[in-house]
Amino acid sequence: MYEPKIVAYACTYCSYPGADLAGTSRIKYSPNVNIIRVLCSGRVSPELILRTFREGADGVLVLGCHFGDCHFINGNHRTAKRIPVLKGILEFSGIEPERLRLEWVSASEGERFAHLVDEFTETIRQLPSIKQVIR
Amino acid sequence: MVSVGQHENIEILSYSEVEEVSGFVGNFKVRVRKKARYVDEELCTGCGLCQEKCPAKGISSEFEAGMGTRKAIYIPFPQAVPRVPVIDTENCIWFQRGRCGACQKLCPRGAVDFEQEDEIVELEVGTIIVATGFDLFDCSRTTQYGYGRCDNVLDSMQFERLAHASGPTGGRIVLKDGREPEAVAILHCIGSRDENYNRYCSRVCCMYSLKLAHLIKDATKAQVYQFYIDMRAFGKGYEEFYERLQKEGVVFIRGKAAEVVPHDGRLLVKAEDANLGRLVQIPVDMVVLSAGLEPRHDAAEVAHIFGLSRSADGFFLEKHPKLAPVETASDGVFIAGTCQGPKDIPDTVAQAGAAAVVALAMMDKGKVTLEPFIAQVDEERCSGCGECVLACPYKAIELVEGKAQVSETLCKGCGTCVGHCLPKAITLPHFTDEQLVAEMQGALMELEVA
Repeated sequence: MYEPKIVAYACTYCSYPGADLAGTSRIKYSPNVNIIRVLCSGRVSPELILRTFREGADGVLVLGCHFGDCHFINGNHRTAKRIPVLKGILEFSGIEPERLRLEWVSASEGERFAHLVDEFTETIRQLPSIKQVIR
Repeated sequence: MVSVGQHENIEILSYSEVEEVSGFVGNFKVRVRKKARYVDEELCTGCGLCQEKCPAKGISSEFEAGMGTRKAIYIPFPQAVPRVPVIDTENCIWFQRGRCGACQKLCPRGAVDFEQEDEIVELEVGTIIVATGFDLFDCSRTTQYGYGRCDNVLDSMQFERLAHASGPTGGRIVLKDGREPEAVAILHCIGSRDENYNRYCSRVCCMYSLKLAHLIKDATKAQVYQFYIDMRAFGKGYEEFYERLQKEGVVFIRGKAAEVVPHDGRLLVKAEDANLGRLVQIPVDMVVLSAGLEPRHDAAEVAHIFGLSRSADGFFLEKHPKLAPVETASDGVFIAGTCQGPKDIPDTVAQAGAAAVVALAMMDKGKVTLEPFIAQVDEERCSGCGECVLACPYKAIELVEGKAQVSETLCKGCGTCVGHCLPKAITLPHFTDEQLVAEMQGALMELEVA
């Protein structure tokens, strides 16, 4: 049994405050996730995600605002287009596409954030460690 | 409105639409389509003779909420500023059949011009205030209350016209057959606080329902029933008004009405009285549906033109709910009134004042403070593919001589272009690849889960 390492990229205006709310509401969630703040989920480039896997992350969460809610009008639309393509590339390279997930979390969805993180951690736990996949 | 129309520094472009906004704070260029109203604003004195003589009668009036009629040439409502009529080309005999022209012949000033065309006006402005208002919830979307099916089931706007001295009945509150109602039910929360339509509270309906009840009590001997979920009398003096209505003998039933059915020539309102914990059926003569407020049907389009974001309920999103309530994600564009969310008149006036002051203060200062997050282009690496131009939500990037150039005032630093740039020519200070990678490496290193 191993403990997966997960990196979450969360946008400043929705998902990061959402995670914050989970914290201030004292909702417990899996400690396997470390959150990195970006201004907008649109900032998360495919290269950055691939690099994150290479550096040893077992799973990557990209969290942005719900459609229409984005502080940056439609930065999240770009993310939404990008991630499915990247998943295809991951699959092609032999990395399970489930390791990457894009979700929309608003600033008021602390509970959803916690639930999501727990569930994602469980999904990743079922997969082998990334070290066995990338050599 | 009249004093606004007369103010030397205010120009009103009525019957016009903004088609495009370009530029940035302090230097906006706005393209406005001034639609042809077929009446010359300069010549028209607003005498209303054309409206009187127009033979195209019986067109359902928007202002009377369908309860009155208007002509094909009409002044939209009595207090309209400017007081200039417009021709409804769909119903105008001249536009449909090529003859008539009564208004043109009879106009003492010769102001009617069938040849008028849409005019494009280019404006240069420093700041913009968007105050586009709301749409009333369309009660025909609900089927259980008999709206549009049963006589004497009105929405609040129709009732408002009925009760108004200048309305279709001259202010007499009467049923369709001309009788005075003996009992009236006012149904709250139609289209608000309802998972089927809108989950939010429209805020104004409780109070205007109380006002309508007061009007009924004032003008008739009818018994008034209010079916409510919660009474939200939140403002200054509102609770006192609620108490006054209770003293006037209005019956308050806590429970949203479930159904309205015709019964013995009257209407039967079925509801659960939550305070008594039992079902009630109350026969009334008239039902008024307190319709909620919705974002305008074209809010998505307007948001796109002005670069606004919208909240989940569809209203325009302010920059910060407490600290920047009239600012938006686009610098120099402000919002006021119900386009930002349902609110009553005092709140709208306060917000409009705030928006005007913030907009003026910004222009008075003459300069703007920028956030430090502005995308930077490494010209040597830039291949000029233009992906970033397409990606930028603010249209802040353009290609100049084959290289991307970021407008410092337009860029908000979201970094979408960075995520899109294949040759990695764009960086975002404070969120550079190196910084994020270092952060990520740190995150992965520290992680020691027991």
